[in-house]
Amino acid sequence: MIRTLKDLNPGESGKIKAITGNGSIRRRIMDMGLVPGTELVMERYAPLGDPVEVKNQGFHLSLRKEEADTIILE
Amino acid sequence: MKKKQVVIALAGNPNSGKTTIFNNLTGSRQHVGNYSGVTVEKKEGRAKYKDFDITVVDLPGTYGLSAYSPDEVVARDVIIKEKPDLLVNILDASNLERNLYLTTQLKELEVPLLLVLNMADVSEKNGNRIDYTLLAKLLGAPVVRAVGSKNEGTEEILEAVAQFISGTSGLAERQIRYRHEIEDELQKIQELLSTKNQAFLEVASDQAGSHDLTYPARWVAIKLLENDRELMGRLATINNGSFLADELVKSRQRIKNVIGDDPETLLVEDRYAFARGVCREACHRSGLDRVSLTEKIDNILLNRALGIPLFLGIMWLLFQLTFTLGGPPMEWIDAGVSALGEWVGAHMAEGLLSSLLVDGIIGGVGGVLVFLPNILLLFLGIALLEGSGYMARAAFVMDNVMHRAGLHGKSFVPMLIGFGCTVPALMATRTLENPRDRLVTMLVTPLMSCGARLPVYTLLIAAFFSPQVGGNILFSLYLIGITLAIIMARVFRTFLLPGETEPFVMELPIYRWPTLKNIIIHMWERTWLYLQKAGTIILAMSILMWGLFTFPNVDNQGQPYATSAAQLENSYAGKVGKAVEPIIAPLGFDWKAGVALVSGLGAKEVVVSTMGTLYSIEDNDALAEEEEESINSFAEKAKQQSGFTPLTAYVLMLFTLIYVPCLAVLAVMKRETNGWKWPAFTMAYTVILAWLVSFVVYRAGLWMGIGV
Repeated sequence: MIRTLKDLNPGESGKIKAITGNGSIRRRIMDMGLVPGTELVMERYAPLGDPVEVKNQGFHLSLRKEEADTIILE
Repeated sequence: MKKKQVVIALAGNPNSGKTTIFNNLTGSRQHVGNYSGVTVEKKEGRAKYKDFDITVVDLPGTYGLSAYSPDEVVARDVIIKEKPDLLVNILDASNLERNLYLTTQLKELEVPLLLVLNMADVSEKNGNRIDYTLLAKLLGAPVVRAVGSKNEGTEEILEAVAQFISGTSGLAERQIRYRHEIEDELQKIQELLSTKNQAFLEVASDQAGSHDLTYPARWVAIKLLENDRELMGRLATINNGSFLADELVKSRQRIKNVIGDDPETLLVEDRYAFARGVCREACHRSGLDRVSLTEKIDNILLNRALGIPLFLGIMWLLFQLTFTLGGPPMEWIDAGVSALGEWVGAHMAEGLLSSLLVDGIIGGVGGVLVFLPNILLLFLGIALLEGSGYMARAAFVMDNVMHRAGLHGKSFVPMLIGFGCTVPALMATRTLENPRDRLVTMLVTPLMSCGARLPVYTLLIAAFFSPQVGGNILFSLYLIGITLAIIMARVFRTFLLPGETEPFVMELPIYRWPTLKNIIIHMWERTWLYLQKAGTIILAMSILMWGLFTFPNVDNQGQPYATSAAQLENSYAGKVGKAVEPIIAPLGFDWKAGVALVSGLGAKEVVVSTMGTLYSIEDNDALAEEEEESINSFAEKAKQQSGFTPLTAYVLMLFTLIYVPCLAVLAVMKRETNGWKWPAFTMAYTVILAWLVSFVVYRAGLWMGIGV
């Protein structure tokens, strides 16, 4: 089964395998440093469940769940 | 001696402290405008150092230089077309690796580069040590240490600029090399460009006709390989373009066959790999990844249970700051302007000139100035929210709700401010980076019932409803406004501005203390823009309104009208009111309501007092003060002369809520969107929407026999 960033619970971590999705969203995600091979920790979900906050080497990023779902983990 | 003219451009990630460095370099010598054709803000300033006169261009903060966001396109266009003498790259030293990603792309534009490692103190406190000399050598560009918030490094940046202009840095040029599969293809593309398609470099550079602008060949090759939207688009416009496009498809396919990934991803990966490599050599991390203060704060502010109450509390404070604290100064301005008007009126012979001066010009200037306290205080609040880093959290907390309505988490702030006044609310949409999010927010914010509409409601409610239901009536109006805003946002998103949704992907920067200098410059900048760009239009419109209500000031025989009611009825505004009567008659309105609505264009609060004048209510001030006697007399006359029922009164309130915010709002919208298109659209859609909603409510009310 394919596991995406969206499937992580707060506190869990994973390593990026690939980024699906297209165009601007995909490029934006990669420009922000989420490239294949990057380790991520799911920090938290927003109080209303969406978006989510992830952390990579002291850098905090928020993204919507639909976007997190395009990031495939190993 | 004539000073040497130098142009430098500041580039860097958002949150790298670029604005702070810009403010340090230029102080108050700044100019804010817009890049032509787009709503991206253009900031320029001047700095003097030794015998240099330096123009500093502050580029939009970006993470990369792709063609997907207008900010990034503007940044790279300015670098290529305006060819600054030196590109100053501001980097967050505490987050060097990520910030170097942009640096790799800036280098490819082949403009001399100076690196400024900002927030060095934070980085050092985290236990990082950076070897500046080695970093400079690895990147082939001089490096300066800076702490923008303490104004450290400003002198050094200027000195580095001066040294660069006077000579060279002595550093060997370093280009980023990609993996060899990519380099091979880049080589091929460059050959194609140079032999067969010399014209392409020229065409790609400039469609305006000037020939001395050329994109760097290697950069063009890289962008074509990664399928850059903008350059691929230009390819279609030249001879041989389709041949090149075919070759590019082959190149991409070859890479994909060998490595199994598309070139765009590989290029991004290689840039990050380069940045990582540089960091590994030049930086020594303590290795600790301790829980920072920011994380501790976020554990509270973004807590699942506390996040929303705290957010609402902070928003409440922002609202109170803007409007409660802004209230008294607004009254002073009001009182000052009235006093000036009275003084002028008393010292001039009664007549047209005095009326123009007092009601037209002084009233108009007052109408401009009266928004100042709100704007200053709101931008104080916004500077605090943005400077501290909370604004991104506010978006994080609210995005779920706002996104459902087709908006962005950050749309909440302008819409909230809209309950106070739409003018500063529209200015607050600047916190939204994405143009479509921003435009939709701007279009629906006028539906948030502003403070000027409240006196219309309270007066009409007092005149036509019992105190028991008054509260519910008022609440229903606010609720209808919010509901319509949500519906319209969805409609605009779907039909007016369709297309893929913009990424929400957003950095949550570390919390820091906003600097006083940044706050003051931010407040001043916004206020000045308002005065300069919107203020003049508001003033002109006020004078126009005055003319509409004043002329013709004599009847056919050249005699002045006996009463102000008669004068108003015969003025151009009165004629407009009569002309629109057939259109508004299905809503239960007569021409008097029409005139009142026309007067409401200037400022909504006057809707009722205009009707008062038409009903010849002598003491209009008492009406505004909601004195019982005046209200009863108003209600009586509205019933007799205009056939008003509670239902008509409610429909009038509805119409007032929805139709054209006010002229000041249109003026600000013109300034914020760079043209009259969107204000004209807003005017049209709100009038049509107001009519439709009023019609439905009025007819339904009649049919069900409610309030008749």
